[in-house]
Amino acid sequence: MDKPNAEFYQEVLDICLTAGRLMIEGGSEMYRVEDTMLRIARNAGIRDPRVFATPTCVFMSLDGGDLSQMKQIRDRNINLELVDRVNELSRRFATKEITINELKRKITEVYYTPAFPLWIQVIGAAALSATLMVLFIDNYDWVDFPAAAIVGALGYLAYVGFKRFTKVRFLSELIAAMVMALVTITITHLFPKMITDNILIGALMTLVPGLAFTNALRDLFMGDLLSGIVRIFEATLTALALGGGVAIVIKFLGA
Amino acid sequence: MPLWLEIIINVAFSYIASVGFALTINVPRRALHLAGVSGTIGWMVYWFISRAGMGRMLSNLSGAFVIGILGLFFARMKKCPVTVFNIPALVPLVPGVPAYQAVRALVNGDIFEAEASILRVAIVTCAIALGILLSTMVTEMFYRSKRFYRQRRNRL
Repeated sequence: MDKPNAEFYQEVLDICLTAGRLMIEGGSEMYRVEDTMLRIARNAGIRDPRVFATPTCVFMSLDGGDLSQMKQIRDRNINLELVDRVNELSRRFATKEITINELKRKITEVYYTPAFPLWIQVIGAAALSATLMVLFIDNYDWVDFPAAAIVGALGYLAYVGFKRFTKVRFLSELIAAMVMALVTITITHLFPKMITDNILIGALMTLVPGLAFTNALRDLFMGDLLSGIVRIFEATLTALALGGGVAIVIKFLGA
Repeated sequence: MPLWLEIIINVAFSYIASVGFALTINVPRRALHLAGVSGTIGWMVYWFISRAGMGRMLSNLSGAFVIGILGLFFARMKKCPVTVFNIPALVPLVPGVPAYQAVRALVNGDIFEAEASILRVAIVTCAIALGILLSTMVTEMFYRSKRFYRQRRNRL
């Protein structure tokens, strides 16, 4: 083990803060973030690490509070691969499988983890909207099945595409919902047998923040009141953006 | 439609839906299949209980409870975080229909209908969170008592 000097502390602090940031960006629960950061610090041989994590910022202090830093977190989405990779690295560091230098190198690499290619994601969105539509509507209408898949895929594409252009939060959800509603109304005009509501219920499930809500409630129950409230608010705004997008289009075009 | 066909459709579709959502949120590849299995079992529990007429709250609670227990079990098996299995598996339970109905009622200017739907969404969300919470509690108790008995056996 290295001698605990200022440089070593700084290195450990950097690693822990990067790990925490990556986990929050990937959508982990707060107690897991704090736990992982504390574990990394303790396994590096530091006696009294302190951590405070919120969805927008992580704070950490070492050396009895003499050295403390924070890291801001700008964008949050759900990417569970990040959470899993950081967890894995932390576990391997705990069993002394990798040294602290390797851990540092690998944790900066985690950020560039490849996601699934876009076409696989779009197929996932299409499958999800079509099947959930059938499960939710409970009377097995096969007429809307292909339409829900198409609308879900197009909406997801619009969401991903628009997210690259804008920095405004919740705008991409709004646009995606508007695209979904527009396509659905066009389809029901062409094939009057299909039902607008059913198609939209299925397609919107690709973007619905129901899981953000559940995660937020879990944070609340675990005692992380601040993160719980912040996350509930974020999920509410997302839901409002989705509902607003659909409502605007339906109101104007009438369906 | 006969019951066995309905069961087959529900099993297959809940699996596809969970895996589809897992693809869009980039779940690690080794966890994809188990996330789908967990989603299927949770949805089937929900479906049978709600078919037995026990109401929205109880069925969602038991579905989420089963998903939570399976998630903790799979997490120990595959050495992944629990969220990896829970988030895709909970997708079929999310109250999408009442949420959409609330928006639709608001568009039509029907405030009372919208209020009822929003309350329904809130109840279901709370039931799901409670189910997950209960499952965490039960598994913790299980592992703690297991460790306790093992220690006692070693001492004897």
